[in-house]
Amino acid sequence: MRSKDSKRSTALPACSARFDVVVVGVSAGGVDLLMDLLPALPADFPVPIAVVLHSGPGTTTELAFMLDRAGEITVREAEDKAPLERGRVYLAPGGYHLLVERDLTCSLSVDPPVRFARPAVDVLFDSAAAAFRDRVLAVVLSGASDDGANGARSIKEAGGMVIVQDPATAAATDMPRAAIERAAPDDIFTPAELPALLLRLCAPEPRP
Amino acid sequence: MKAQDLEDLEIDLLLEALDRRYGYDFRRYARASLRRRLKQFIERERLRSIADLVPAALREPGFLDRLVNGISVSVTEPFREPVCLAAVRQHVFPWLQSHAYCKIWHAGCSSGEEVYSLAILLDEAGMLDRVQVYGTDINTDALAVARAAIYPLEAMRRAEENYERAGGQRKLSDYYVAQYGRAKLSARLARNLVFSQHNLATDAAFGEMQFILCRNVLIYFNRELQARVFKLFSGSLARRGFLALGAKESMGTEDAKQRFETIDSAARLFRAL
Repeated sequence: MRSKDSKRSTALPACSARFDVVVVGVSAGGVDLLMDLLPALPADFPVPIAVVLHSGPGTTTELAFMLDRAGEITVREAEDKAPLERGRVYLAPGGYHLLVERDLTCSLSVDPPVRFARPAVDVLFDSAAAAFRDRVLAVVLSGASDDGANGARSIKEAGGMVIVQDPATAAATDMPRAAIERAAPDDIFTPAELPALLLRLCAPEPRP
Repeated sequence: MKAQDLEDLEIDLLLEALDRRYGYDFRRYARASLRRRLKQFIERERLRSIADLVPAALREPGFLDRLVNGISVSVTEPFREPVCLAAVRQHVFPWLQSHAYCKIWHAGCSSGEEVYSLAILLDEAGMLDRVQVYGTDINTDALAVARAAIYPLEAMRRAEENYERAGGQRKLSDYYVAQYGRAKLSARLARNLVFSQHNLATDAAFGEMQFILCRNVLIYFNRELQARVFKLFSGSLARRGFLALGAKESMGTEDAKQRFETIDSAARLFRAL
């Protein structure tokens, strides 16, 4: 097993990018989408990425391991209080909600499922909107519920950016559709476009 | 001022009021979950803002209890995270066996399901009569459920598989009577259990324990409060006593790491040095 810890670099503060965090919500069809997306991102992707995939207890440890091995970017199951670092993806553990805190750490909770989901996308998105306001980029992918739509609206209301998978390309259309209806997304993309789109939106800006 | 900044200010004011008026200190709770629970609470109470909680908490009799219980509720289930319980049977029970009598503290036990799960395993190991188990929580509503020992039957049926994975030797249904969709646990299990209110943020230790369980409670605290709790635990554990945490919790601070050794990292089982 190769370790990527040697590749970690946090020398540049995350604030050189427009966003403090990228939050991703996905349900049905999620494993395939994440397998296509995350390995396509570079090891030094400039913004930490927090992902909620609807999943039960004990299912995400192995998935995080697989995603980690599939590409350059480091993927870990989120641990409580883990610092959010660039070049890292934090996958919500099955059976726990994942939230992000203003001090750039992860929080977990075992609060009740939200519409049968724990982790729930809305919980992650809401926490991101409250903690980072306009410095949040939300990505809504395929899923067979409306989880994420309210959270995406909170992110828009706080001045953040929301992008949604084109429902025509989604294995399950409910989640992207609901997000489009409720959150007035900034962009709609196909899965093939997503890695480049994320890189463009998260590119570090020249500092004043 | 933006809406979120205003909300932050309101939360700060409320937490300050609760601490100064009643000594309830929620300021060192992890903010994201606390905020979410406060928002859910004002929705249930049909209040417009978190600021509305301040006058009610300060002046309305009974409201404080409702608020504290409303924002400190946590849900659990029987035999949650069976990997941990299996490790407890394997590593902790033999050591407990070597004691004539021992004390176990389940801190943040919520409505008690996991305390009874432990009691069942202790019973099957022939130790239930030689232990005193203290289940504590800040939430008095949850403690009332724990004392009543009546749970949704559905939850007990769902737990049958986890009971087996934890190393249970019988059928979980041997331990309860089912009626009207509820499961009433055998009174025998509760003989040596005491449930009482204890606030990990402010209260002191209350005795020397051989084993402390605190599962999925620390995730609701910030690092500073976690450090307090680890100190509290290491201060109340007997020499070589055991500590069990939740499946995704870790010994956060360096200070805590120096007080404990890891016995089973997957099961989050630690032992006082």
